[in-house]
Amino acid sequence: MSITNILLVGVGGQGILLASEILAEAFMLAGFDVKKSEIHGMSQRGGSVVSHVRFGEKVFSPVVPEGEGDILFGFELLETYRYLPLMKADAKVIANDFRIYPPAVLLGQQTYPDGLVEKMRTIVPDLLLVDGLKLANEAGNPRAANTVLLGAVSGKLDIKEAIWQSAIEKMVPKKALDVNLKAFRIGRSL
Amino acid sequence: MKKEILSGNEAIARGAFEAGVKVASAYPGTPSTEILENIIHYRSINSSWAPNEKVALEVVIGASFGGARAVACMKHVGVNVAADPLFTLSYTGVGGGLLLVVADDPEMHSSQDEQDSRNYAKFVKVPMLEPADSFECKEFTRLAFELSEQFDTPVMLRSCTRISHGKSIVELGEPVTGLPEPKLVKNPAKLVMLPGNARVRHPLVEERVVNLGRHGDSWEINREEYRSADIGIICAGVTYQYVREALPEASTLKLGMVYPLPKGKIQEFAAKVKRLFVVEELDPFIEEQVKAMGIAVTGKEIISLCGELSPGRIRKAFSDAGIICIPENNPLQTEAIPMRPPNMCPGCPHRGLFYELSRLGAYVTGDIGCYTLGFMPPLNAMDTCVCMGASISNASGIVRALPPEEQRRVVAVIGDSTFLHTGLNSLMEMAWNQSPATVVILDNRITAMTGRQENPASGFTLSGEVAPEVKIPDLCKALGIRHVQIVDPYDLDATFKVLKQEMDRSEPSVVITNRPCCLIKGDGRFKADDVLFVDQDSCTGCRACLRIGCPAIEWQPAPDGKKGKAYIDPLLCTGCTVCQQLCKFDAIGRLK
Repeated sequence: MSITNILLVGVGGQGILLASEILAEAFMLAGFDVKKSEIHGMSQRGGSVVSHVRFGEKVFSPVVPEGEGDILFGFELLETYRYLPLMKADAKVIANDFRIYPPAVLLGQQTYPDGLVEKMRTIVPDLLLVDGLKLANEAGNPRAANTVLLGAVSGKLDIKEAIWQSAIEKMVPKKALDVNLKAFRIGRSL
Repeated sequence: MKKEILSGNEAIARGAFEAGVKVASAYPGTPSTEILENIIHYRSINSSWAPNEKVALEVVIGASFGGARAVACMKHVGVNVAADPLFTLSYTGVGGGLLLVVADDPEMHSSQDEQDSRNYAKFVKVPMLEPADSFECKEFTRLAFELSEQFDTPVMLRSCTRISHGKSIVELGEPVTGLPEPKLVKNPAKLVMLPGNARVRHPLVEERVVNLGRHGDSWEINREEYRSADIGIICAGVTYQYVREALPEASTLKLGMVYPLPKGKIQEFAAKVKRLFVVEELDPFIEEQVKAMGIAVTGKEIISLCGELSPGRIRKAFSDAGIICIPENNPLQTEAIPMRPPNMCPGCPHRGLFYELSRLGAYVTGDIGCYTLGFMPPLNAMDTCVCMGASISNASGIVRALPPEEQRRVVAVIGDSTFLHTGLNSLMEMAWNQSPATVVILDNRITAMTGRQENPASGFTLSGEVAPEVKIPDLCKALGIRHVQIVDPYDLDATFKVLKQEMDRSEPSVVITNRPCCLIKGDGRFKADDVLFVDQDSCTGCRACLRIGCPAIEWQPAPDGKKGKAYIDPLLCTGCTVCQQLCKFDAIGRLK
């Protein structure tokens, strides 16, 4: 059986770590071997972050080999675009329609590129754009945007909803659980 | 058996618990930090942060001499600090099992150099185990303690960033029982390493290496996986995973113990394959030893000496050398886009300090911590960075070589945790020898860079217990510094005045900044302020507020050719007021 390669990308502080933990937990509960890898440290200071999650019957490398990504799960548009070269041409992309300006853009030295979504569509046609913030507000908390996106990603994977629910229940603090489950279902229905 | 997805660091902590460890000590350092942060959850283990790695190892040596199993954890550069006791520990051997976990950082994701700690094992003459995933992290940790006691040796366990921060499935076990109770046993011939005793110990150390090598020949931790005769690869740690992914048909000799090498097993494996390779990250550590055995092997001729490996890099190396044929990998083409480097947080108390140092034209000898980011534009306020504690001694040395007018520009910058780690010795030197440099201690009350760990000045222990606080100003005075000033780095004018005054002084002086890290404000210990906003009518678009590089301040260009304006993101702003003080037009106000 082949391995499914997922990359979660965005900016430090966006909740990428938690989303990748929930993914990994769900894959283990579904009976797969799973490995996950990301770089902590410097990336916590608003830097570019990428987390690799791989599952299948047997997984060796904790990092996705270049050009073999199946699903790109982007929390921020520029970062989603940045990691496209790691993906297969027929990869599925789930992108949060959200911009965070890098330092040079904040300083007015560079501009945030226009038309990123259109550029991405020409490279990988299978792109689902999600207004994570708006949908998270509908779920009751703007901070649940990562869970909305997780729900959208789950729709691309053949794993039962009950397993996702167990994984979320294990990883999300009790007081935030209801909002997150709601956010997940909104994302999953997209 | 209960299964969990654990990081390598979590699994090492679990392994220590299952091995019956009684004492654990460490100094935080990426990627090793989370080992101790997870060990603390096992209440049967006495675990604590130490001021530095040498002290951590010495604490653990004491516990081992008392008969307890004990573990010290650090990053690769920390072993340099701990090297002094480590070498002699090899001679004394252990009481209870002793494990030194070292986490290397190939690719330097968050380190100042890329050293390969396997060299230490050979240099120190102690065994080194190298796990390849979280499952092995837990198993090898347990095995390390058995090996340590069986061969009367400290054992090193080498992780790397991808193992420490990678996650995979682990089966949890129960802690061992029936270990001997710790007690005091006098044995000066073994534990007092004066020359007369040490000379007796050295041959035993050499004999131990030989015995460990033989042990490795039959130890299942070193595993041959025969697949085909064409290509045989010796590998260990995460590299084994990359090799299996990149070259699934190749035979592998996966080493669990990378020093001493199982020479018998290597000879057997070499005889079975047509072409033998060593694939290893960083140094040709295994390769050189295999070559010294007289075995023909290819290694660094095709594999890079620098950086992290990956399945792709290994496949490309074998393909470029004409050993395998792979289809061309055409990555998806994208256009150049702005980089996103890490940055000091909004409200970071270092920002105002660096802004003023930059304005004063200071030559800043820097150190290891969040504040190292002060070298980046737009602050551009750091000129050197070598290792923990080096800022002060570097400054002390550089002023001795300079004419007086240049001496005045030299300012050492160091964090509270780094100051207590090894900066203390350097300041002692500076005071003793009266080097006329200025030292700024950025006391943000926490070890911020590695994720906010407590330190001897923060007032709390690893477990959150209230602890005595080191009084840094008193300490500096006790070391012989006559001029010690405390400033609020959010107050730019005051910071400028104090810095200028101390830089002009022709004797050593210390300036201490007293604002806590903005990330600990959220934990209830310190109160956060109301956020700021830019009044768009008053903003003239002068960009003065952009000169501090705060991530909360955004330049908004005007589309119609008019001047753009600054905007403050209320979700990011902490209300520190540094930008407000830069605005000559009173355009920045506080949102209530």
